[in-house]
Amino acid sequence: MDFALFVQYALSGITVGSVYAIVAIGFNIIYCTTGIINFAQGEFLIVGAMTAISLAQVAPLPVAILGAVLITTALGAVVELVFIRQVRNASVLRLIIITIGLSIVMREVMLHIWDEQVRSLPYFTGTEVSTVTILGAHISPQVLWVLGVSAVIVAALTLFFRCTTTGRAMRACADDRMAACLCGVNDRWMVTLSFMLSAGIGALAGCVVSPITQTQYDMGAPLAIKGFTVAILGGMGNSMAAVAAGLFLGLLEAFVVSVLPSSYKEVAAIVVLLLILVFRPSGLFARRDVSALRAA
Amino acid sequence: MQTRLAAILGGLILACVVPLSGCKKSPEAPAPEAAPIKVGAIFSVTGPASFLGAPEAKTVQMFAEKLNQSGGVLGRKIELLVRDSGGSPEKAISLAKQLIDEEKVLAILGPSTSGESLQIKSICQEGQTILLSCAAAEEIVVPLASYVFKTPQKDSQAAQWIFNTMKDLGITKIGVITSNTGFGKGGKTHLEQMAPANGVEILVNEVYEKEATDLTGVLTKVKGAGVQAVVNWSIEPAQGIVAKNMKQIQLDVPLFQSHGYGNIKYVQGSGEAANGTIFPCGRLLVADSLPANHPQKALLTEYKRDYESRYNEDASTFGGHAYDAILILTEAIKKAGSADPKAVRDAIENLKGVVGTAGVFNFSAQDHNGLGLDAFEMLTVKDQKFAIYQK
Amino acid sequence: MMRLRIYYPVLAAAALVVVLHVALAASGKTYYMTQITMSAYYALVVIGLCLLMGYAGQISLGHAGFFAIGGYTIAVLTTYDLGNWRETPAIGLLRSLGLLMQWQDMYGRDILSFSPWLAFAAAMLLAALIALVIGLPVIRLKGHYLAMATLGFGLIIYRIVLGARLLGQADGISNVPAFGLVGGLQVNGRAPFRVQNYYIAWFAVLAAMVLSLNLIHSRVGRALRSIHQSEEAAHSLGIDTYRYKLATFILSALFAAVGGALLTHYNGSIGPSEATVMKSVRYVAIVAVGGMANLWGAMLMGVLLNFLSLRGVFGSFDDAVFGAILIGVMILAPQGLLQVPRWRTVTALLPRRKRA
Repeated sequence: MDFALFVQYALSGITVGSVYAIVAIGFNIIYCTTGIINFAQGEFLIVGAMTAISLAQVAPLPVAILGAVLITTALGAVVELVFIRQVRNASVLRLIIITIGLSIVMREVMLHIWDEQVRSLPYFTGTEVSTVTILGAHISPQVLWVLGVSAVIVAALTLFFRCTTTGRAMRACADDRMAACLCGVNDRWMVTLSFMLSAGIGALAGCVVSPITQTQYDMGAPLAIKGFTVAILGGMGNSMAAVAAGLFLGLLEAFVVSVLPSSYKEVAAIVVLLLILVFRPSGLFARRDVSALRAA
Repeated sequence: MQTRLAAILGGLILACVVPLSGCKKSPEAPAPEAAPIKVGAIFSVTGPASFLGAPEAKTVQMFAEKLNQSGGVLGRKIELLVRDSGGSPEKAISLAKQLIDEEKVLAILGPSTSGESLQIKSICQEGQTILLSCAAAEEIVVPLASYVFKTPQKDSQAAQWIFNTMKDLGITKIGVITSNTGFGKGGKTHLEQMAPANGVEILVNEVYEKEATDLTGVLTKVKGAGVQAVVNWSIEPAQGIVAKNMKQIQLDVPLFQSHGYGNIKYVQGSGEAANGTIFPCGRLLVADSLPANHPQKALLTEYKRDYESRYNEDASTFGGHAYDAILILTEAIKKAGSADPKAVRDAIENLKGVVGTAGVFNFSAQDHNGLGLDAFEMLTVKDQKFAIYQK
Repeated sequence: MMRLRIYYPVLAAAALVVVLHVALAASGKTYYMTQITMSAYYALVVIGLCLLMGYAGQISLGHAGFFAIGGYTIAVLTTYDLGNWRETPAIGLLRSLGLLMQWQDMYGRDILSFSPWLAFAAAMLLAALIALVIGLPVIRLKGHYLAMATLGFGLIIYRIVLGARLLGQADGISNVPAFGLVGGLQVNGRAPFRVQNYYIAWFAVLAAMVLSLNLIHSRVGRALRSIHQSEEAAHSLGIDTYRYKLATFILSALFAAVGGALLTHYNGSIGPSEATVMKSVRYVAIVAVGGMANLWGAMLMGVLLNFLSLRGVFGSFDDAVFGAILIGVMILAPQGLLQVPRWRTVTALLPRRKRA
């Protein structure tokens, strides 16, 4: 394999990995505060992207994306208030099954709002054919957007969780809900807030990846499965690790394709994942001693 | 006391089944001649193949309504029973058995995918119910089952057009990528079989998943092999991604797609990257630019106009396959002069020169597809619109 | 006395199966049996999963994988034509042992394949073996990690099914022959065999119920429940939690494989849609709707929800209705549909409720 080709595989891995990473970030926020894996996270992405595509018909792109993020954030709040909050003293499994139900219902509703056709947002910079050349290989500028937005989200989340009262309150809820309550934290609103944040970030992710992946009503579940995989791989609750794990999985898949038939690339990736799960269940990047501490 | 639980269970079973069993009383037929002809349809209106099933279901509904308004066929109306399989073969099996055993339909239109069609093939054959599949795989009609037909063009013919065009362009080394669907599988098989005879060598032959969101990895492998052209054989939105990704990694060789590319959305999905794509397809997509005396012109423009004005979306060749299925069925009923399954089946085998959206159908006892090589036209994309390909 | 009491509901259920037959025959709707039969095979998966989730407290998002292993093993072994090796000694030996079957497919072609009995045994063996190999490391994981690992297993099976030429890739395998059982009975989906298959399927389901009831009311069952409530406590009492969990995992995998194998014979085919993650998720959801640690609830919901879906009662809204039921039950009746609040008084009398 010559060098340019090697770089090209790496860039293709980064393209795929950046998508996985940005999806995984959303999983972490809800997990952090509630311990729930939100299986409807993929649907938040698609709702966001579809709303943005519809709004882009009448408004400039940035406004459309902003609108989509706000609408999806509101949807996140509604979902929490109507479905999650009603369930008192629920086991985590029960809440997870509710999110599975939500994901199915949201997907079907989207089918009836936006039909089965595939759509996409325009490329943020350039067009479908523009590329950036790095070391003799090529990559779409949109991938840089995805990476950039991921970095901004991770940085913003870190600041939020470390330096604001609300963020610290959310972390307190994650560590020990009872203790947080006793300190005067309104734990119920913290859960609502985490759903809003996750939905909003999901929507933004959906918009940024839409030019690359295209958007169709039933794409949420496959994306969510990858996102979940990556979140576990990085160690649940750790956004920075999620990005790293996303890129790792993307690169792994890309280089598997270089030697194996591509129909088995996912098999190879999952085998690696299973090995990691068995030998290092706290995730690739979590230090054992802090893996219990689910800070962002 | 456990028995009480069992009693509750039993009550529940009965409560659920008894009303069900009461609700579907078929109305007593007033007179045999005026009774509607029952035709079943199984399409994956939802689920992973909804981009096929949805336009297909819309098309047959539109066709049946129009037909019934103009008096139906043989003075009888068509009663269309459309079922949604969600793309699952096991559900298609259940629905096919219902349509055959309970509704006693004359024929089943669909299913949309090859897997479903192959799995209900024997059920329809045993139930002596005509199956007019809208799926691509040639195994649906080879080996031949006397009650099973299909309307989309043959994969092998599409492959032949692609190879012919390659010959014109002097291309001998290609990369083939296909999706992991029944459609992709059919194309892959035929491309592999026919390449040597056409003097073409397949250097890379890869299958990607139908949900793929980015294909630069596979295409990098293709690029590394130094091919002169890429053939992508799939039916889902990933077709748009292939075109974009090739441009993005600067794999500057011609891109051939299959007849699964017949949906303008896929072109829009890849924007200017789609320009120059070459693919064999039925003439529906270029109906407007056909010469006025072309046999298909009138029918194609009419279908396109009707569909687009009624559903406010672009017509695709997939809907066209369903149009052909119901068209062939009504033509055969007319020809047979009755709605007896055996007579209609025989009539289909004797249909010649029926103009449909996919081409001109000439069925025979050996050919249950009825389309020739001339059903295809090489098309290309110019300024993000379909156009007839000229070298 | 106590031991026997747990089987009374099985007898009652068997009687109800007959009553249902009579009711369907009286109303002229015997063709509902087709979908009831199919649903019963899916219910087998649900029963096994209920044992695993409700009693051993282990989630599995990969059970469609075991269903597919059962079904595909059957499909490959009974349709793969050994005709080309007819003259080889190995085939001759197998043939003289009665392990092969000569039959004709719908096109009148002669096929020499493995017999369904051999295929069935192979399917069970393979499923148990794979469950063991997967279970050994995976059962040690907890919570989300176990969910992820089983999900990963399911994905691997799905990708293999879609990728392997032998397994028919996207088209799956069709023309699977009927399975001749004893005394002229056969697992066969054609209309003349409808009634006997209805009983065969229910026999399989009730046998699975007897086996499961037996298990949960035995020492193993008590151990399992103690694992569910507090694994540490169980462990400290000297219960080998790991072994019990692994055994349940294998048993539930076997139930799924039986369901897959028999349904494949009944349908005459199997396709990759049986191995998708969505199917696995669906099974988990049905167990939840049935009430998690409630075998009867799981069985009933397994039959009922699959029946409604296979009948196409909700048309294009099938998934939407399923999702809505899921949310509704989890919010309003977390103990499962069979224990909606106003029945609490009734069900509180039952011995099994004591745990809750």
